Amino acid sequence: MTIALSIDQLSVALPADADRPYALKQVSLHLNRNEILCVVGESGSGKSMTAGAIMGLLPDRVRAESGRIEFEGRNLLELNDAELRRIRGAKIGMIFQEPMTALNPLITIGDQIGEMFRTHSKLSRRETAERVQALLRDVHIPDPLAAARAYPHELSGGQRQRAMIAMALALEPAILIADEPTTALDVTTQAQILKLIRELQERKGTAVLFITHDFGVVAEIADRVAVMQHGVVVEQGEADTILNRPQHAYTRALISAVPPLTPPPIRQVAEESILAIRQVNKIYRKGGLLGRNKRVTHAVRDVTLDLPKGGTLGIVGESGSGKSTLARCVVRLLDPNSGHIEFDNVDLASLGRRELREHARHVQMVFQDPYGSLNPRRRVGELVAQGPIVHGTPCQQALAEARELFELVGLDPDATRRYPHEFSGGQRQRICLARALALKPRVLVADEPVSALDVSVQAQVLELLARLRQQLGLSLLFITHDLRVAAQICDHIAVMKNGSVVEHGTAAQVFGSPGHEYTRSLLDAVPGRHWTPPSFAGDIERIAA
Amino acid sequence: MRFLSLAGRRLAAALPALVIILAGLFLLLQLAPGDTVDALVAQMGGGDASMIEALRRHYALDQSTSVRLGDYLWRLIHLDLGHSAIYGKPVAEVIVDRLPATLLLMGSALALAFAAGMGLGIIAARRVNRWPDTLISTLGLIFYATPSFWFGLMGIFVFAIYLGWLPAGGFGSIGSGLTGFARVLDIAYYLILPTLTLALIFLATYLRIMRASMLEVATLDFVRTARAKGLSDNTVVVRHILRNALLPMVTLIGLQAGTMLGGSVVVESVFSLPGLGRLAYESVMQRDLNTLLGVVFVSALLVITINFIVDLLYARLDPRISSGH
Amino acid sequence: MEFLHRYKRNPAAVFGLVLLLAILVLAATAGLLYPQNPLGLAGRPLQWPLSNPDFLFGTDHVGRDIGAQIFHGARVSLFIGLIATVIAIIIGIVVGALSGYYGGLLDDMLMRVTEAFQILPSFLLLLVLVAVFGSELQTVIVAIGVVSWPAAARLTRAEFLSLRNREFVQAGRTLGLGDFSLIFREILPNALPPVIVYASVIMAVAILLESALAFLNLSDPNVPSWGNLIGGGRGVLRVQWYVSAIPGIAILLTVLAVSLVGQGLNDALNPRLKNR
Repeated sequence: MTIALSIDQLSVALPADADRPYALKQVSLHLNRNEILCVVGESGSGKSMTAGAIMGLLPDRVRAESGRIEFEGRNLLELNDAELRRIRGAKIGMIFQEPMTALNPLITIGDQIGEMFRTHSKLSRRETAERVQALLRDVHIPDPLAAARAYPHELSGGQRQRAMIAMALALEPAILIADEPTTALDVTTQAQILKLIRELQERKGTAVLFITHDFGVVAEIADRVAVMQHGVVVEQGEADTILNRPQHAYTRALISAVPPLTPPPIRQVAEESILAIRQVNKIYRKGGLLGRNKRVTHAVRDVTLDLPKGGTLGIVGESGSGKSTLARCVVRLLDPNSGHIEFDNVDLASLGRRELREHARHVQMVFQDPYGSLNPRRRVGELVAQGPIVHGTPCQQALAEARELFELVGLDPDATRRYPHEFSGGQRQRICLARALALKPRVLVADEPVSALDVSVQAQVLELLARLRQQLGLSLLFITHDLRVAAQICDHIAVMKNGSVVEHGTAAQVFGSPGHEYTRSLLDAVPGRHWTPPSFAGDIERIAA
Repeated sequence: MRFLSLAGRRLAAALPALVIILAGLFLLLQLAPGDTVDALVAQMGGGDASMIEALRRHYALDQSTSVRLGDYLWRLIHLDLGHSAIYGKPVAEVIVDRLPATLLLMGSALALAFAAGMGLGIIAARRVNRWPDTLISTLGLIFYATPSFWFGLMGIFVFAIYLGWLPAGGFGSIGSGLTGFARVLDIAYYLILPTLTLALIFLATYLRIMRASMLEVATLDFVRTARAKGLSDNTVVVRHILRNALLPMVTLIGLQAGTMLGGSVVVESVFSLPGLGRLAYESVMQRDLNTLLGVVFVSALLVITINFIVDLLYARLDPRISSGH
Repeated sequence: MEFLHRYKRNPAAVFGLVLLLAILVLAATAGLLYPQNPLGLAGRPLQWPLSNPDFLFGTDHVGRDIGAQIFHGARVSLFIGLIATVIAIIIGIVVGALSGYYGGLLDDMLMRVTEAFQILPSFLLLLVLVAVFGSELQTVIVAIGVVSWPAAARLTRAEFLSLRNREFVQAGRTLGLGDFSLIFREILPNALPPVIVYASVIMAVAILLESALAFLNLSDPNVPSWGNLIGGGRGVLRVQWYVSAIPGIAILLTVLAVSLVGQGLNDALNPRLKNR
């Protein structure tokens, strides 16, 4: 195999006021022709910085300090701007995570793709238009003619990413750099895009540098893998070797943290239901007073579900399925249009504000974004004590309880005096848990509680949730888009699509013998579903320490 | 033509605001000490009680406030602005006489402020934190802090009195009998200083917004995409940053239309221009409340119209608006 | 502390602060340096600055000391600017917070009123208010405050709209916090910084508005005002241009100082934007 690009001892320095001196330390990598190399790592590992260094598009005040990036016999780090521009786009193409923001909102798709030809070739208008059409057909966009005339906002997320790929591959570059290209997409769309990248790569013999944080995606698409941590490549090799027989402790810990898609053995869960959701509907109406341009969205449609006492009911679905809306209806952040939510023989859905306050304390919620869900201007101890104080606990006692709760969720009790920005994402999610638990709820609604976290932190928070469920006898309503996570923690699973529950059963049933076609397509789309991550118990603790 | 209906709806949404303004002002003016008749009588040097009463009846001032408010709004729907007691003719006529000077002044000042603000903003953003940026930003701050009437007076002193290059005030040479293009040039000559004076503060605002907007857009993802496509810096700026950066500038035109009209009161009075702003000032001084209300009504209409045009322009620039997203 | 440190690193902001302090010193020492009524006749009219040691800044067209008017005018300008800004900000925050937090019909109604104020040229409204209620100092201050609040209301509303649905506010709601604590303890502290920064813009504009009113002889004639002095100097602009020029520079420097401090605050509060 011939080498398409090689990075040799590359170090990238960060500005003096950054939290660490180097983004990359002596990184050496090589990318072969006609292969997909996955660079995998958690946030802050330097994987995106590697892509920036290759393209000569590092952020301001960040510079490559030493090393070489060799491409077609030249060191990219020594090229001037004009020479680099001839390589960018033409010989090295790039696609990004967020196809909505990565495309100019004011220019049509066809025009943005055509810009590649206008910049790097002398094709006529007509030839350009024809090539754009051919490219759009290549990436399987439905109705390429209309797509070329469309503005980015008029396409779906998946179609936008297809357009990005068409643009990046317009000049048949030798190398395609894909920076988390499927992270912002739903799982079924992700599967299609991954397939498309593989298909085009094989057809054109492109070398793909694929940056991701998701080992499932790695298992799906990689020929070879490089694992990065804190700006260093800790391990690289063939995909099969890295995924199944990793050597480095960090890789082993990361892979152990990936939840397998098969649910663990069934837990014994009570038959009795603690929370009964009955025919709940939520309809959004948008539009003017005059009734023009009115849009009606049926976000939740006749949903009936039971949360077993002490059990975990997972609600899975893609974006727009109504799973988050349902969760918000349960805690009455939203008022359902019709239906009942019965808890303790009281219909939460029909309570007025005052009565609700008394009853709702037994049903608490944890949110997705650990950064956005803590008021940045208050001490975390106060935040945790807030709920009990509202419900009449004396201030001193509430603060003392907050310290105990910190201990319960695995944080230092003395940390209650600090502010939210002093904590990491995983720690903040623990604080959020402590805050929700302060009211001694019997039901905890968790809306994507681990989705914003790195995989190793994710595993710890899931473990904590499972422990608390046992210890406190909590019942959990767990909202997630991630089927791997759902498989690990849920006893029952409900699959939602367009506001309705299409399938509902025990985790073993849903994962083992899915009844509904949509469930099957969701399961089929899970990246790396044929790979069972090996477990290396012991390594996780070492990383956590 | 979806954006037309959108802009139309925005126009309809301005109606309640217009009614609030008119009703509010009408009621406010009821609180004013003295009415039109008092002003008239004072101007005539006094009058007897029966004549005053007859005048009051003539101007329907003897009716209850709510009746007169209803009557007033009803007449406005027919574009009947009433009669000016001071000028001795219909208010509409007085205003139409004064409108061209204000429109010209506003139009030219807006064009100057927008064009110069945009140009300077682009230069400053391209050389951010280097000397051209520092110079332009400092100038912008100073312009912003300059009271326009003072700048006008200093302009008159330097250019009209000391250098003798420009006229000190007025709207065209009096009694010159110029027609056609010569008259246009003559008026343009008289408008140079007033335009500059009125444009100054707005130029500062536009330049600041343009600079900030360019810098903001430059950090967006699609600019990184454009660089990754191998476009040169200039192409990235012209094709990808500029048009996106112009959007807040366009919004600003609508937001500042009212402020600009307010500014013309002072500028017109410094340069003795026969415009709407000076008419407002004069009617305040002479307690000609009909005329004052008329000026306010027309100004509000003008601001609403400008905002309508801005909406159309915005929809042309941003495809996301016209498709209703 | 870090905030102060960031502010200090910005030379323009420091310059603005020094300038503002200097103007405050003018205002504070006015009574000491010029104990007489600044609007009283002091000497022969139209003496050029520096020509008579008694009148360093010269005298105006009626023989009042320009220096005395500048010093006492600083008091009036800052006082009017400050109080009018406080009025505008309070109205703006109340309207914007209610509108943004509750939404719905209340929002619709409040926004119509705000729009009405924005459609109406604020200087015209100011003229009307002064015409109706007279031009005593208090009236002028309240009038300036009343015409300046809409932008503050819109800004506060926008902040509330974006913060209202943030997860920490929703979390507070699920904990059972009432509207009062959600508005004042959760949302407002986070919405305040941009509004406070915007206050500097309102203050700069308020000072300019008052000076324009005074220039047109529509402000309180019994208090010394820079704008009034400029208007008075108009008649002698041909030769004694300094009568108008000096107070104009005073206004310029004051507004500049306020703007620079505002911008410095903004940069110190949003370091991300400054570091680009």
